[in-house]
Amino acid sequence: MALTETQIERYSRHIILKEVGGKGQQKLLESKVLIIGAGGLGAPIALYLAAAGIGTIGIADADDVELSNLQRQVIHFTPDIGKPKVLSAKEKIQAINPDVQVRTYHEWINAANIMEIIRDYDFVVDGTDNFAAKFLINDACVLAGKPYSHGGILQFVGQTITVLPGESACYRCIFPTPPPRDAIPTCSQAGVIGVLPGVIGSIQATEAIKFLLGKGELLAGRLLMYDALKMKFRDVEIKRNSHCPLCGENPTITEAEDDLSLLTVCDLEQS
Amino acid sequence: MTITVNGATTELPENNSRTIDSLLEELKVSQRLYVTVELNGEILDRDAYESTLVTEGDAIEFLYFMGGGC
Ligand SMILES: [Zn+2]
Repeated sequence: MALTETQIERYSRHIILKEVGGKGQQKLLESKVLIIGAGGLGAPIALYLAAAGIGTIGIADADDVELSNLQRQVIHFTPDIGKPKVLSAKEKIQAINPDVQVRTYHEWINAANIMEIIRDYDFVVDGTDNFAAKFLINDACVLAGKPYSHGGILQFVGQTITVLPGESACYRCIFPTPPPRDAIPTCSQAGVIGVLPGVIGSIQATEAIKFLLGKGELLAGRLLMYDALKMKFRDVEIKRNSHCPLCGENPTITEAEDDLSLLTVCDLEQS
Repeated sequence: MTITVNGATTELPENNSRTIDSLLEELKVSQRLYVTVELNGEILDRDAYESTLVTEGDAIEFLYFMGGGC
């Protein structure tokens, strides 16, 4: 499908980039990205991917918008309080860019539904707020060979890494098992500066776009760490871990499973 | 002894029996029970923290869990 006149104008600042061009923009319009979590990270990810003209955006979250979300979840507005986050996000995405098809999943992802949900997408972005989901997304994406971007934030610090299954280190290469429940504080317990997910989420959206375009160097095999108080970025090279329980030499995880000891961490923090 | 910790040159008192585990305590590393240690570019198994000695020139990274997205 050739770009229309309107699209040529809408995406003109992309199209003049030699790394994008008309062909790259068309690629983006034909791409499908799944965002899991429509919260702090999911908000800027969804906004920028929508504006960029990602043709199909899936968004999964079971929560409703709450007043305490609005300090950072910039896709949700005050009148959206009480509305499912996926619906609120869908409305904004469509208002930004009618080129985008939005698929909503108003449910928590779990071992029973994740493989089916991610199947149709080119790239997955983790914007979740709990370890059960983060490990599940890593496991499902690595097992399905689905490239994805991991992101995590707390207080004034954040980190992100892009995982190319079978090529670069996965989340379990760094952290073989989740921490015990409640060992690591959550944002609702410890706080988060509202702009932090904007920084990390925008980097995750950049990675999705670069992956789809096939341009530049991805944040694969490198964990990028950001400290907003010190205003410093650092990246650490992460090699694949031969002892990784998922992508190592003798894997013990061969299918997506829920870690029951970790479930509902984020449900609890909401209540 | 000079090592690099999270990219910063760090001077430590001479000690030939300093393990990764004792280094975590000495540097008062947060999330000590859950932190991942990368030693000279390789992720170290947690059960090797007590048996692995810190040696001159080591480059060590502490990698922390960060679960938020909220
Ligand atoms: Zn791995």
